[in-house]
Amino acid sequence: MADPMKIRANLVGDSTEVKVLMSHEMETGQRKDSDGKTIPAWFIQRVKVTHNDKVVLAAQWGPAVSKNPFVSFKFKGGAKGDKVTITWVDNHDDTRTDEATIA
Amino acid sequence: MRTIIRRAVAAAVLAGTLAVTVGGAFAESTADEIAKYREALQDGNPAELWEARGEEMWKAPRGPSHVSFARCDLGLGPGVVKGAYAQLPRYFPDASRVMDLETRLVWCMVNQQGYSEADATKTKFGNGSAHRSDLEALAAYVTAQSRGVKMNVALDEPHVRDMYRLGEKMFYYRGGTHDFACATCHGDDGKRIRLQDLPNLTKVEGAQKAYTTWPAYRVSQGELRTFQWRLNDCFRQQRFPELAFGSDASIALTAYLAGRANGAAYDGPAIKR
Repeated sequence: MADPMKIRANLVGDSTEVKVLMSHEMETGQRKDSDGKTIPAWFIQRVKVTHNDKVVLAAQWGPAVSKNPFVSFKFKGGAKGDKVTITWVDNHDDTRTDEATIA
Repeated sequence: MRTIIRRAVAAAVLAGTLAVTVGGAFAESTADEIAKYREALQDGNPAELWEARGEEMWKAPRGPSHVSFARCDLGLGPGVVKGAYAQLPRYFPDASRVMDLETRLVWCMVNQQGYSEADATKTKFGNGSAHRSDLEALAAYVTAQSRGVKMNVALDEPHVRDMYRLGEKMFYYRGGTHDFACATCHGDDGKRIRLQDLPNLTKVEGAQKAYTTWPAYRVSQGELRTFQWRLNDCFRQQRFPELAFGSDASIALTAYLAGRANGAAYDGPAIKR
C-alpha cells in the first residue's frame, strides 16, 4: 500500500491553490540494478483531481516525471471548507486516493 | 614590428581580462542558478513524506515490547520532541554516553521497544521503497519539530565538551590514502566538488548553514538523508575506513559541528540537489 499524499489546498483571491506531494518510486524502466538486470518500469500513469465531484485536473503521466512527484496548480470556484480529492493510478494498477479541505 | 608586438601583447592582456571576467560571471551565475533551483524545490520538499511516516511511527506501539516512543527521552523529557533536536548531541546519564539523535532513537528502540541492536540498525540508510529506513523517517519527524528553534548544544557540559574537542581534532586530522582531513575540503571559502559549493566549516556562518540544513531530501537519490549519512559519505569520499553508525567518532564530529552551529535557527529537513 502506498504512503498517503501530502495535500495543501488554500484559497488565494478567487482561486484555489493546490499543492500535492506523492510518494512513488517513478521507476523509468531504463535503469539497471547492480546485477545488470533492468529494473522494471513502475510509474504513475493517471492523475485525477476533483472538487465537489467535478474534475478540475486530469493528467496522463509518463516515466519522465520525477520520484516523489510534486504537483501545484490552481482552479477557480473553490470555497473554504470544500473538499479536494486526488487519485493516482500507476502502471501496476495500484492506486491511492486522498482528500483535503480547502483552507 | 615593435607596434605589432605591442598590439599582440595588448590583445593578449585584453583576452586575459576578458577570460577572467567571463569565468567569474559564469561561476556566479551557476551558484545563482543552483540557489534558484533550490528555492523552486523548497515548496514541495518530499522530506514531508518522511516526516509524515516518522510521525506515525513515533506515535504507534512498536517492537516486541509493543510500546511507542512516548517514553523515549530525547533530553527534554519522555516523549517531548519539540525543540529536542536543537540541543543534541547531549549527555544521557541513563546510557552513560553522549548521543546524537540517531543513536538515541536506536537506544529507545533497544531498551524500551525490545528490538535487538541488529534489528534496530538493520536499515540505517534507505534505498527505494523496498528498503526503507525507519530511522531516517523518525529523524525527519523529530528534526522537523525543531524548525525555527535556535541551536543550543550544551558545550559547558563536561562530557559534551570532551566530545566536541575530540570532534575538532578529528576534523583537522589528516589520514587515509589521500592524506585528507575534513578541513582539506571544508576549510576554505569557494571550494567545490563538481558544481556543489562546499561549506567552509571553519567559519561559524558556514558551519551554521551546513548543520542546520541536515537532514535533507537528496533529489539525486530520492531519499531523505540524516547527519549520520552525511558523515558516513564524507568518510567514504575521503577514503577513510567506514565510519561506524552511532560510533563515538561519528558523535564527536556531530558534537563539534552542532556546537559550532550554536545560535543559528534550525532549518531542516531541507532539500538538496
